[in-house]
Amino acid sequence: MLVGESIGLKEGKATRVAFGETLVELGHEDPALVVVDGDLNNSTRTDLFKKAHPDRFFNVGIAESNLVGVAGGLASCGKKPWIASFAAFLLCNAFDQVRMSIAFPQMNVKLVGSHGGISIGEDGPSQMGIEDFALASALPGFTVVVPADEPSTRALVRQLHAHNGPGYMRTGRPNVPIVYANDAPVRLGKAHELRNGDDVTLVACGLMVAAALEAAALLEREGLSARVLDVHTLKPLDEETIERAARETGRVVVAEEHLCYGGLGSIVAAALARRWPVPMRFVNLKDTYAESGKPRDVLVKYGLTAEDIVAAAHQLIPKPILSPA
Amino acid sequence: MADLQSIARRIRCDIVEMTTRAGSGHPSSSLSEVEVLVGLYYGGILRHDPARPDWPDRDRFVLSKGHGVPALYAVLADRGYFPREWLTCLRMIDCPLEGHPNMRRVPGLEASTGSLGQGLSIGLGIALAARLDGRDYHTWVMLGDGECDEGQVWEAAMAAHHYRVDQLTVIVDRNGFQQTGATADVMNLDPLPAKWQAFGWQVREINGHDIDEVRSALEWARQEGTSRTLSGSGPSVIISHTHKGYPVSFVMADFSYHGKALTEEEARRAREELGCS
Ligand SMILES: Cc1ncc(C[n+]2csc(CCOP(=O)(O)OP(=O)(O)O)c2C)c(N)n1
Ligand SMILES: [Mg+2]
Repeated sequence: MLVGESIGLKEGKATRVAFGETLVELGHEDPALVVVDGDLNNSTRTDLFKKAHPDRFFNVGIAESNLVGVAGGLASCGKKPWIASFAAFLLCNAFDQVRMSIAFPQMNVKLVGSHGGISIGEDGPSQMGIEDFALASALPGFTVVVPADEPSTRALVRQLHAHNGPGYMRTGRPNVPIVYANDAPVRLGKAHELRNGDDVTLVACGLMVAAALEAAALLEREGLSARVLDVHTLKPLDEETIERAARETGRVVVAEEHLCYGGLGSIVAAALARRWPVPMRFVNLKDTYAESGKPRDVLVKYGLTAEDIVAAAHQLIPKPILSPA
Repeated sequence: MADLQSIARRIRCDIVEMTTRAGSGHPSSSLSEVEVLVGLYYGGILRHDPARPDWPDRDRFVLSKGHGVPALYAVLADRGYFPREWLTCLRMIDCPLEGHPNMRRVPGLEASTGSLGQGLSIGLGIALAARLDGRDYHTWVMLGDGECDEGQVWEAAMAAHHYRVDQLTVIVDRNGFQQTGATADVMNLDPLPAKWQAFGWQVREINGHDIDEVRSALEWARQEGTSRTLSGSGPSVIISHTHKGYPVSFVMADFSYHGKALTEEEARRAREELGCS
């Protein structure tokens, strides 16, 4: 497993699989749900929907611009399209179409960018979605969701479907640890406190939530108590919960599988700058592209591990607390 | 069809007046569209009801070349979708009639466009929704010829044929010019009909300023759409040969009028040529 073994987390399915399976269920419940694909359904896992609801599934080929426009047209007639491709292609290739056909007219279309982050590993930078938080969050009216594990993905797909308006969800390729029990108590738009703590707050989304839990365990061994917030909804941001954590812990580390500009770190920093400024550190891909490699090796080389989060926390915590009793 | 012709003249007078008052806009791109719009909205082609702009069974008209929207605004106002006074505030703050179509502010607009190349994909989605819902409305999409430079147009053209979407018609406003010159010089589109044919579309070419030819082509597209569904022979395209700025002589003669409103003096001359009251 990529992360979380040291604290006894169990491996769950990839978030893309949890998404695909939930979409099938929703398809049974809501006849207005349609899916549009760009020749990647067996990767994004909308193939499951295709099998269950073939009459409501459209594969438009390797043509992301058209894919997005078609979804906008379907939505203008009352359909509720979910469209999926790699995060890199859906948002980077078709960003203007997302802007014009979905965001500007506020169409009820849900975008799913799979293969988010660098944890896809071997396929390398051309396939890694690392700009998606910034791009999706830039769009007015978009709800932006990055679930951490299998159970919370299931819950958030359902909640996002029930939400009337445009939305983006990032899913990942690898199997990821389960950080929530079944029936994850996550609520769209609400940060979820997975662990209480007083010395520092670790804010994370996606795969980095498990890494943050691992980091909290490492910090505990040093006598430091870290609060862990799963901020699965980047937009709209649960500013209240984050402000409370900043007030109560005085320090914040933000961890994400994304470039350093425009992602969760930027969003949280902007909110805290306004509401309750505290010293912060950021664990992310920095301002660079990654490279091919085994997922774990890529995460280590590019600084996205529990140890990196611990190191960031250390930068914030005054020495006296650190010195052994 | 003298009646439709006089309607077309009225629409053109509105276009000149509203864009000159706004002091900006795309009158020449609007003037070339007029007969097709009049054929659709007044010629008994488009199934629509201005009192019910959200009628589920209405035909949809998507203006993909969104910069040409003053012509559509004039038609929609005249047909009663919104008050005529709106035409006088085109492009001004708080006015629903923006420089490019915003479907959330104007009844009768089926899409928000203005970034060229995107309307056919939207139209395809609308047509696929008709199939899912078992409705028989027809979807019409107007493209500029320069707009056909965009790759997305051809992604959508390929997909519409693949899905055998018969109740879908494209009208290419083939005025021969784009922003910076003739299409032949900027990006050669020829042979345009053969390209659409090769993508599996039924093609018809017309003189887009001859209201009779326009009407019969639109009728062909509408009726054949229904019968084509039985034969599964795919979507249709009307290549409408027009002149940018038609029929205003000095605008037709100079492509650099693209994207420019006429001055008061030019507008006076244009209205004179048009025979506006
Ligand atoms: C994607 C995009 N690129 C550029 C423009 C700027 N632009 C507006 S109109 C135009 C020329 C359009 O030519 P054509 O499609 O032939 O329409 P016409 O005005 O001739 O009717 C251009 C380049 C735009 N609106 N969208
Ligand atoms: Mg042109």
